[in-house]
Amino acid sequence: MRFGDLLAFNFKAIRRQRARSIMLLIAIAIGVLAINLLTGIGEGGKQFVLGEFDILGKNVLIMVPGKKETTGGIPPLTGETTRDLSLRDAEAILRLPNVSAVAPLIPGKIEISHGSLSREAFTIGTNRAFFPMRKLELAQGSILPEVPMDQAVSVCVIGSKLRRELFGSRPALGQWLRAGDSRFRVIGILKDRGQGMSLDMNDAIMIPVASAQSLFNTEGLFRIFIELRGLQELDKSRQRITDLLKNRHDGEEDVTIITQDSLLSAFANILDTMTLTVAGIAAISMLVAGILIMNVSLIAVSQRTSEIGLLKALGLPARTVRLIFLTEAMMMAAGGALVGLVISQVLLFMARQTYPSVPFATPSWAMLGSITVAMFTALIFSAIPARRAANMVPVDALLDKTAG
Amino acid sequence: MIELRQLCRDFLVGDQTVHALDHLDLNIDKGEYLSVMGPSGSGKSTLLNMLGLLDKPSAGEYLLNGTATSGLKEEQRASLRGGHIGFVFQSYHLIPRLNARENIELPLVLAGVAPKLRQPRVDELLARLDLVDRAEHIPNQLSGGQRQRVAIGRAIVMEPDLLLADEPTGNLDSKSGLEVVTLLEELNAGGITLLVVTHDENMGARARRRLHMIDGAISRDWQTDSAESKSILTAKPPTGKPLTQKTDGKAPGEF
Repeated sequence: MRFGDLLAFNFKAIRRQRARSIMLLIAIAIGVLAINLLTGIGEGGKQFVLGEFDILGKNVLIMVPGKKETTGGIPPLTGETTRDLSLRDAEAILRLPNVSAVAPLIPGKIEISHGSLSREAFTIGTNRAFFPMRKLELAQGSILPEVPMDQAVSVCVIGSKLRRELFGSRPALGQWLRAGDSRFRVIGILKDRGQGMSLDMNDAIMIPVASAQSLFNTEGLFRIFIELRGLQELDKSRQRITDLLKNRHDGEEDVTIITQDSLLSAFANILDTMTLTVAGIAAISMLVAGILIMNVSLIAVSQRTSEIGLLKALGLPARTVRLIFLTEAMMMAAGGALVGLVISQVLLFMARQTYPSVPFATPSWAMLGSITVAMFTALIFSAIPARRAANMVPVDALLDKTAG
Repeated sequence: MIELRQLCRDFLVGDQTVHALDHLDLNIDKGEYLSVMGPSGSGKSTLLNMLGLLDKPSAGEYLLNGTATSGLKEEQRASLRGGHIGFVFQSYHLIPRLNARENIELPLVLAGVAPKLRQPRVDELLARLDLVDRAEHIPNQLSGGQRQRVAIGRAIVMEPDLLLADEPTGNLDSKSGLEVVTLLEELNAGGITLLVVTHDENMGARARRRLHMIDGAISRDWQTDSAESKSILTAKPPTGKPLTQKTDGKAPGEF
C-alpha cells in the first residue's frame, strides 16, 4: 500500500468515526497543551529571572568581602571576621592592566526629602562607572561626575519613581534634596525601566561613594564591580586581582570574586530543573491520553472486524493491517498535538501581551518533545489494538455481521 | 488449477468435533463454472473459505495452480488471495465510508498500484458494471443490486483467476439477482474460473458443473450440459454419520 493511499484511507476512517476521533484529539491536545504551556511559563519565568541578573555584562566580576569556602570543620561561632574592602583597594584594582573600570558600591536606606515631601529611598553610593556597567540610561541630565573616588560631591542621580514622588510634575533637575544631614543637587534622572525583580532603580538615589561613606558613616565597601577589557584571560585577570588583594591584605586571601556566569548558571540550573519537573507532571496527562487511545482503538478494532476481514480477504498482509491501525492512531495524535501546540502558543502570546516583561515562550525542546511524546504514546498504546486487528483470522473476521 | 486432496476441516463445538469438511477430494480446471449446493451446515461455505485461502485445513492439501498452500506463511496466502482470487459475498462487504469508485478501487490501492494506473481500470469497470452515474455514491445510497455490482467490480479489478461467490443473489430480488448472475457468467465466459455457493436451485442449475454437498463431503458431482450425473455416493461415507437424502426429499440433481 502506498503511503499516500494509507494516509487517505486512514483519514476517511478518522472522519467517519467523528466522535471517537474528536475525543482522542482532545485527549492528546490537552497533553501537548499542558506540556507546552507549563514549560512556556517556566521558561518565561527563567528568562525573566536571568534577565534581571544579567544586567551586568559577562566581562564584569563582582568582588565581595570575605572568603566563602567550606573547610569541613565547625564554623566559627563568632562569625567571620572579614577585612573591609576599601576605596584604596578599588583604586589599586583599577590600575591593573586588564581592568577597564571599577565601581564601588555602598548601599543603604535613608530618608530623602524635598520641601514637605519625604520618602525612605534606596541609596547607592557609587561612581560614574556604575552607570554603564548596570546599563542605566538617563531620561534627563547627566550621570555622576568624574571625580576621584574619595572625593565627596553633593550631587545625586534619582530614579524616575522617586522623582515623581518628590517632585510631581515640577522640574527636578537642579533641585536640592535632603538626605539625612546632607544635601544633594539632582543632576540626572534615570529612565523608567519598569518593575524589576532585583534592585528597583526607579526608586533609588545614587550619590558619589565618598558621600555615602560619610552619610552612612562607614569605610568598607559592600561590593566592587570590576569591568575587564575583554573576556580573554578571564581566569588570569581574576587571579591577578586575587593576588593583588592578597598582597594588600597582608597575605590573606579574604575576598570572593564571583563571575556573572557562575551566578547565572546556578540560577539557570535551578530554574531548568523546575521547568523539567513541571513538564514531567504535564507528561502524565499524556499517559491518560494513551490509555484512552488504547481503549478507543480496541473498540474501533472490534467495530471494524468485518472490514479487517475484508481487507485480509483482498490480500492485505497482517503487517499492513497493523500499520493501518498504528498510523491511524498516530495521525490522530499528530492532529491533537498540532491543536494543543497552537492553543498553547495562542495562550502564551496572550500572556506575553498581558505581562510584556516576562518572555513566555515554549522552549523548542519542549515543543519537539511534546509532539514526540504524543506520537510515541499513540504508537505504544495502539500497538495492542493493532496487533489484535492484524492477528484476526480472515474467515472469522468476515463472519462478523456488524458491518457490510 | 485447483486440486484438493483429502481436505479436512474440523471445528470444536463445545467438546464435540464437527467435521465441516471430511476428506474432500476435488479438481477444478481453469475456466470452469461450478455451483455448490447442499443443506445448511453441509460445508459449502467452509469449502469456499478453503478455496479462498481464508481458512486453513485441519488436514489434507490444497494445491492452487500447482502450489501446495498448506506450508505457506500467512503473508504468502494473503498475496495469493490478492493476486488470484476474487470474492463476492452475500452481504456485499462494502466499506461504508467509501463510495462505489473507491470500493472498486480498494484492492488496487491495497496492492500499491499507482493512482495513474488505477483510474482507467476503475473507469472501465464502472462502465462495464453500469455504475458510471453511481460512482460517487456510498453504499447506503445504492440499491442491493448496485451494491453487489460494486462488490463484483471490486472482486475482479485485480483480474483474478478464480472468482468465489457466496450466495451472491441471496439478498437480491429476482431481477437484480438475474443481472448479477448474468454478469458473473459473462466473466466466466471471459475465462475466469467461477464457483458459486447457493441455495437457489435456479442459479445452481445454470452452472455447467454442479457439486452437491452433504455433511462435509461431495455427494454428487456432475456436468449439467451432458446431463450425466457422476454420483460419488459410492465413495467412502463421511465419518461417523450415515449418508442421508437431501432434506427436501428430492434426489440430488432432481428439481
